[in-house]
Amino acid sequence: MSEAFPNDQLEAVARTIAELREADAVRLTQFKVELLGRKNGRLTQILRSLSTLPPDERRAVGQRANQLKREVEEAIAAREKELHTGAKSGVAADLSMPGRQVWRGAIHPVTAVIDEICEIFRELGFSRVTGPEVETEEYNFTKLNIPLDHPAADMQDTFYLSPGVLLRTHTSPVQARTMERYKPPIRIVVPGMVYRRDAFDASHSPVFAQIEGLAVDEGITFVEFKAALDYFAKRFFSPDTTVRFRPSYFPFTEPSAEVEVQCQMCKGGGCATCQYTGFLEIMGAGMVHPAVLENCGIDPERYSGYAFGMGPERITMLRYGIPDIRMLFENDMRFLQQFAE
Amino acid sequence: MNVSINWLSALLDIKLDPDDVAHKLAMLGAPVEAIEPVHQNLAGIIIVEVERVEQHPNADRLTLCHVNNGTEVVEVVCGATNVQAGKKYPYAAMGTVLPGGLEIKGRKIRGIRSNGMLCSASELELGTDHEGILELDTDAPAGTPLLDALPIGDFCLHVEVTPNRPDLLCHKGVARDLGAVLRRPVKLPPIPGDPGDSHAPVQTKKSGVVGGVEVTLEDVEGCPRYLAAVIEGVTVGPSPDWLQARLRSIGQRPINNVVDATNYMLFEVNQPMHAFDRAKLRGPKIIIRRGGESETLTLLDGEERTVDSTVTAICDAEHPVAIGGVMGGRDSEVSQQTTDVVLECAYFDAKRIRATRKAMKMSTEASYRFERGTDLQGMADAIQRAVRLIIAVAGGTEAGPPVDLYPKPVKTPAIFLRPERVAHLLGVEISQKDIEGYLTSLGFAAGPKNGRLAVHVPGWRPDVAREEDLIEEIARLRGYDSFPTEMRPLRPSSVPSDMAQVTEARVRRVLTALGLNEARTLSLGPAQGKEAQAVLNPLSTEEAYLRTDLIAGLIRSAERNWAVRERNIRLFEVGSVFHAKDGGGMPVEGRHVAGVITGARRPPHWSDGGKYVDFDRWDVKSLFEEAVQAVGAHGTVLEEEGRWVLRDGNGELCGWADEVDADRPAWAARLFGFELDAVAAPKPLIRFQSLPVTPPVERDLALLLPAEVTARQVEEVVARRGGKLLESTRLFDEFRGKDMKGRSVAWRLVFRSPDRTLRDKDVDVVLRRILEELKERLGVERREA
Repeated sequence: MSEAFPNDQLEAVARTIAELREADAVRLTQFKVELLGRKNGRLTQILRSLSTLPPDERRAVGQRANQLKREVEEAIAAREKELHTGAKSGVAADLSMPGRQVWRGAIHPVTAVIDEICEIFRELGFSRVTGPEVETEEYNFTKLNIPLDHPAADMQDTFYLSPGVLLRTHTSPVQARTMERYKPPIRIVVPGMVYRRDAFDASHSPVFAQIEGLAVDEGITFVEFKAALDYFAKRFFSPDTTVRFRPSYFPFTEPSAEVEVQCQMCKGGGCATCQYTGFLEIMGAGMVHPAVLENCGIDPERYSGYAFGMGPERITMLRYGIPDIRMLFENDMRFLQQFAE
Repeated sequence: MNVSINWLSALLDIKLDPDDVAHKLAMLGAPVEAIEPVHQNLAGIIIVEVERVEQHPNADRLTLCHVNNGTEVVEVVCGATNVQAGKKYPYAAMGTVLPGGLEIKGRKIRGIRSNGMLCSASELELGTDHEGILELDTDAPAGTPLLDALPIGDFCLHVEVTPNRPDLLCHKGVARDLGAVLRRPVKLPPIPGDPGDSHAPVQTKKSGVVGGVEVTLEDVEGCPRYLAAVIEGVTVGPSPDWLQARLRSIGQRPINNVVDATNYMLFEVNQPMHAFDRAKLRGPKIIIRRGGESETLTLLDGEERTVDSTVTAICDAEHPVAIGGVMGGRDSEVSQQTTDVVLECAYFDAKRIRATRKAMKMSTEASYRFERGTDLQGMADAIQRAVRLIIAVAGGTEAGPPVDLYPKPVKTPAIFLRPERVAHLLGVEISQKDIEGYLTSLGFAAGPKNGRLAVHVPGWRPDVAREEDLIEEIARLRGYDSFPTEMRPLRPSSVPSDMAQVTEARVRRVLTALGLNEARTLSLGPAQGKEAQAVLNPLSTEEAYLRTDLIAGLIRSAERNWAVRERNIRLFEVGSVFHAKDGGGMPVEGRHVAGVITGARRPPHWSDGGKYVDFDRWDVKSLFEEAVQAVGAHGTVLEEEGRWVLRDGNGELCGWADEVDADRPAWAARLFGFELDAVAAPKPLIRFQSLPVTPPVERDLALLLPAEVTARQVEEVVARRGGKLLESTRLFDEFRGKDMKGRSVAWRLVFRSPDRTLRDKDVDVVLRRILEELKERLGVERREA
């Protein structure tokens, strides 16, 4: 240590800062040890010796020493960065190099589609509710006007857990549960998992999602039913989408309809996806069957309504061009990552 | 249901275009899945007359035919030996493509040019005979396209029929719906060779005699109506071409004229019928009764079945000869030797047939129809037409009027339709005249009665039972597309949205923001412990149980990702889990959230110099804590037996985080996971805290902790003794030295008073308090520098 007095020592350290800003990597490391080393660093020693100074000097030296320590640390850090990015190495920093990233997670595309569908129906005043996946025959079939000894019950091959207890084959039981608990006006959408005894293949899964919808109020007509689903289809697909209603059969609706939209692949021209019909089925729907209203304690002379059900997996596959439903359950990172926002 | 366009055309007496029919049927509720051309690939084949046949000059086995094709006579070399002058044959001119794809080209055969080709049945896909040229029995002049002369060119529509519409399982029914929109009446086509008249059945109660056969109806519940006719002196053999073509056009294989006639009736008017050989019926008797003890029957398919009391059996004097409505027995079937036929035309109870069909695990064209409901009122017409058809195709005479056993005739009451109800449900005024028009065009009888319409439902529409069913018919015929789409003002729903959905959405948001991808795994899987709820009728043992947790599915997903060499895996799922209840009953259903992470903590960056850090247990701990917070669960994550757990107020486990076992390849990193009950707890409202206006005082506290003391214990003391002035505590370092008895852990404490600037001595007092208690209670001391 050449300078005898702390103040002189400090100023000597201050002078080295300019030199430090130009140092190469080896010299920079030396500086670090020389100035800030735990044992013999010059600043370390000064700070350690503060207690030996007279009180008035101690305060001033202490402040100056701490300030210098910060400056030195900043200068070293800045120089290290320069050296690392090559800013002053004669080669300019290459800003085309990739930035630092973080992992981005994705909502599953089926969940995203479910959320989007429910959001659109929220605009039409539908609240979002759920119900149990384990159901009774009564709620899954009987209350919905599906007699167990009628071929209509075969439309859905059922997994049973015990006699009379089953895995719901559709989200429709929540219709009955809701109508029993609340009075009209009722407007609900019900997303949830359902079960059918279908072998896993490219277009079938034994477990899949469904969204049920139900509206019951005074004066709901077939015209309003069409209007609501037409609104949904145009909001979900595009405003110029053609929507078609075809007669169909579901035991719990009368009249029943199959709702179809113009094929999203060929815009109605006919292609393999729509089997050359130009249209794609997106949901089954209809006016609530009066027997269902009666079964749930609602007077069908006073109230009417409509109900619908759709398959989010199928809609997801149509929307994103996914060829195989199994991909939606494999959870391949390369697949899921494509849906990160 | 396969529908022939030719057959429909015959019923409506109009030429039909298959695409137009398909569209109309779709808009009537019976979509067409496929339109299959039948022999349409014979469009280029014409009928020719062979004028002269001579030996090929250069080949013994070939002939040279002079063929009149309607415009000229051309020479055709032929290899078959059956061609005769003066007869007509199918001919493919040069350039024609045969059904097999072969294009006919003019070429020299043994020095003589052959202009086109005379065709065999197999070359035209009209049969299996490829030896001889197909000789045509036709009046059509030479040059006529083959398809114009023979009724074989057709289109087969594969119509999807919903279970409520048994009437659409036959051509007459499809034609009826189509006729209603085409405004054409439906009329059964004439039968070629129709004998012209037949006896009307004689209706009795429970027994009658026809053609010497005594028919007795005992099981009225299983068979409310049974008709039988006897035709004597038939000649069993192949059906005429027109009948074979009809059946082939819808994919049915012709068997013999009698059986083909009954099949024809099934596909024309939806009335299954069965023909017995009278000679094989003991008695001869037919008794319709329930099966008895230890009775069996060998069916047409060769299978022997038990015929017990749940089954409606058709029996002769001794044994069952058919399972009513399902299948006939082998021993009484019509064969080449049959001369006298007993024809059955019955109505079987739908539920009974369904039960029998399910118990026997078989479905036939007949059972399919009876199960959905046949036309109880059309049976007399059906049996008369069937008798005439059999006589037309197989000869013979009718042995007196058929018996018609119908003990309790069913009278269906009228349905009353209120025109204002139609408007009320459909939202559009439809005039009573139009309503009547729509209904009568479908065969309903409608007439005004007390301001309403009294509507009688025809027998073929068992699905129509109440007013709304009629309103659907009106909407269907008017066309769904003809209704406007018009929104009304809405009243808000009385149903509140489900809290759980809000919670789960929040969990998804938080976990995706932390870099995890949402997974969806199947809730059916292999058994997971004894709490797993079994499925009674699983598809496979791999999917025989409901899951009790989500982690197992996520681990399988991680393994699948490893299998495609993906090292960095971050997945979570929100889903249902199920626990069986002791003693059966409904299992307990819950919602869980779970996640797995493995691989690099961050995407590798070039500035890391090739070093990257993998996830470790501290990552999964914080992930778990984030999930706990997102779910809104109460309680603190605690350590227990080397892992972290969350327990509810009753001490029940409701979540954990740990390293998890998996089938991990050598190159993969460790896998960490967590699982948590996704209880639907409302998040407490956030209360705003005033921002501080006074400066903080920071103190670092390096402490020596004996081996058994945990950071949590230290923090509890610090928090308690720190009092109001202690703003925050952050553990920032741990050091374990070789010679140390315990370890050194360092915290940064921030002190602040909301209303004054703290002085060092204020803080010193607090620190001393903290250190005193730490030493006293935990033996923790400050570490000297």
